[in-house]
Amino acid sequence: MTEKKAKVFRPTAFAFPYLAVTVIFVIVPLILVLVYAFRGSDGGFTFDNFRKVFTEKETLSQLGQTIGIAALSTLICLLIAYPVAYILASEPFKKIAILSLLFIIPMWINFMLRIFALKSLLSMIGVEKSYGAAVIGMVYDFFPYMLLPIYTVLSNMDKSYVEASRDLGANPVATFFKVTLPLSLPGVISGISMMFMPIFSSYAITEAMGDMGTSVIGAKIASLFENQYYGSYGYGSALSFVLLVLVLVVMLIGNVLTNRASRAPKGGKA
Amino acid sequence: MNFLDKIKGLFGKKQAPAETPTPAPQKKGENIIEIKGITKVFDGVTVLDDLSLGIKRAQFVTLLGPSGCGKTTLLRLIAGFETPTEGEIYIEGVPITGVPPYKRPVNTVFQKYALFPHLNVFKNVAFGLKLKKIADPTAKKGVRKYTKQEIADKVNRALKLVGLEDYGHRDVNSLSGGQQQRVAIARAIVCEPKVLLLDEPLGALDLKMRKEMQIELKKMHEDLGITFIFVTHDQEEALTMSDVVVVMNDGIIQQIDRPKKIYDEPKNAFVADFIGESNLLSGVMEKDYTISFLGKTLTCVDKGFEKNERVDVVIRPEDIVIKAGQNKGHFDGVVMTTVFKGTYYEMIVLASDYEFTVQSQSEFRPGAEVSLEIVPDSIHIMKKILTINKYLGSVTGENLVSFCGGEFEIPTEGFETGDEVVVYVPFDAVELTDDEADGVIGAAVTQSIYKGTYYQVQVYTDTDEDFYIDTADEWDMDDRVGVKIDGGKVRLEKYEPAADETEAE
Repeated sequence: MTEKKAKVFRPTAFAFPYLAVTVIFVIVPLILVLVYAFRGSDGGFTFDNFRKVFTEKETLSQLGQTIGIAALSTLICLLIAYPVAYILASEPFKKIAILSLLFIIPMWINFMLRIFALKSLLSMIGVEKSYGAAVIGMVYDFFPYMLLPIYTVLSNMDKSYVEASRDLGANPVATFFKVTLPLSLPGVISGISMMFMPIFSSYAITEAMGDMGTSVIGAKIASLFENQYYGSYGYGSALSFVLLVLVLVVMLIGNVLTNRASRAPKGGKA
Repeated sequence: MNFLDKIKGLFGKKQAPAETPTPAPQKKGENIIEIKGITKVFDGVTVLDDLSLGIKRAQFVTLLGPSGCGKTTLLRLIAGFETPTEGEIYIEGVPITGVPPYKRPVNTVFQKYALFPHLNVFKNVAFGLKLKKIADPTAKKGVRKYTKQEIADKVNRALKLVGLEDYGHRDVNSLSGGQQQRVAIARAIVCEPKVLLLDEPLGALDLKMRKEMQIELKKMHEDLGITFIFVTHDQEEALTMSDVVVVMNDGIIQQIDRPKKIYDEPKNAFVADFIGESNLLSGVMEKDYTISFLGKTLTCVDKGFEKNERVDVVIRPEDIVIKAGQNKGHFDGVVMTTVFKGTYYEMIVLASDYEFTVQSQSEFRPGAEVSLEIVPDSIHIMKKILTINKYLGSVTGENLVSFCGGEFEIPTEGFETGDEVVVYVPFDAVELTDDEADGVIGAAVTQSIYKGTYYQVQVYTDTDEDFYIDTADEWDMDDRVGVKIDGGKVRLEKYEPAADETEAE
């Protein structure tokens, strides 16, 4: 990138490299996926690939399995991460920054390395490749992504809400369910979407730790593109597109819920 | 909050039933809150120091003081958000230190309102009512919850009281600051507390709205007939609204009195300076009814001081009679500045080297020669809080004494190294330096009061000690300064533990 005169150079020029990257690596591939998805074996326009996606029993059951395992791991992860986030964000621990860091450090280690390490650990205690092992893998791997947004919301929450609740007669349990939990929903929702969506399309964990029962849609797509046969590109593209739409829908729902839950209080600055 | 309570809460037996479903008419005159010897220390800093206070039923009590004086901490102790380091608070004779906030018969209006953003106005106000249990002999356990209809009635009545009848369905975030304030008040009073705590509730409002709310709050207090404890740093607000004003500074109560008395008869220089405009001078009480300051001897109405005791004198600007021409009053002066304040003129008059602030209906132009007359009735005499700085220290070497986190050069004749000593430092023995590094220890300026011929400056050291200094220079609040001491003026005394206990302040 060269500019002739500094005067001509505008700040918006900084956006061009990113724009180029976006076009080459996001928009063009998306168009390619769409083109493949709607192209029949004769090279003409067709809905056949999509018909196949929604009629083939194996694909549908894999889709169901994927949603099932993603939902189960996300739920378990949420149930573990919320209390941890709550404790880390509460008074005595809040000041010890290293504690929350400890939960995040695993994110810095290579993902596959962690999975294989976990796999060896599990087999040491006699847990072999199975549905359960795959779920454990997912929960372990995505834990920080669930923890961080919840922790951030909880630790930034104005403590006067909790005080107001207790002042109005709510004991700690009632305060939690009536005030803290509803106010932390934006964190919960962003944690869920940060976990649910990647699980939806990833297959490395289920591949490494699961069995036949954890065969997910991501693996199916990978095999369609790896073991090319006549028309497999079209079918794989259609499947990818359906997945994309599903993820988009989940994200939209998440956004709507977040907006509803996170009406930030305004006014009353002191 | 102990674990057992939490478990109980899970099964719905969370609260003892509210003692009285309809609050018994409260008798004036008896103390509803009794604060006894409360000390609160945060991270080694004493915020409240052995404070005692009784608050009568149905009174409007204001805790007034500069920020950091401990007034909000005191309120939070009553609400139950803090536990005292020492001492006990009684509500209707019952000690409440171990009682969690949700079981106390008090409700709070928070400084930043703390309205629940996920609930609308109606649900915010109904929050406390939905949790409340009321006595009902016909119910199974003798208690029951409010019915939907009862809650709706009470909420609507509370919203009506604060003038927000039709706002129930509104999102709290769509309300203006003043409206949020009203919702916060409605949410607190709907629970029918015995005491309503208000933590600088008007601080975030603009001036006009604040004035309106002051009047409304006062009216609400009369209508509800419950005790209000109101925290503010705004002296005018305190004087207009309260039955009783508690002036606090440095975690200690400076004065408790009716607003008029606080204004007319401030107990010490701090109160006089904090409450309203005032001329603050240093004087000597020659004998009963005779005071001398700025080189003049005047008649006053105070007595009971030691002969020739050094005292603080306060004269309110509106009490000074200003006349044209000289030799017609006690002081001859020249007008320096004149400012019109809407209903009166405020003038600075230089007389006897002191800048008097004078308020008058008639205007005198700058440069005009005037006489100031001060009638005996308007001279308020106050005991000096302290006449000498006093610290505990130890002799660390020949002519070296360590106290307040520093080692000062002080003649130590008659003492040995290692001796514990009481160090008496007169106000004029202390010297402040602009550069913190030039002093023996560092400190922050917390108060600077002009006393007629000199400034009395108070600084706060890093070891939580105060130094009072008489100096010719004015120092800015919160400035970091160095502290030096003229060792020749300092007096040392052997430390006797028992003797010291009785005389802490």
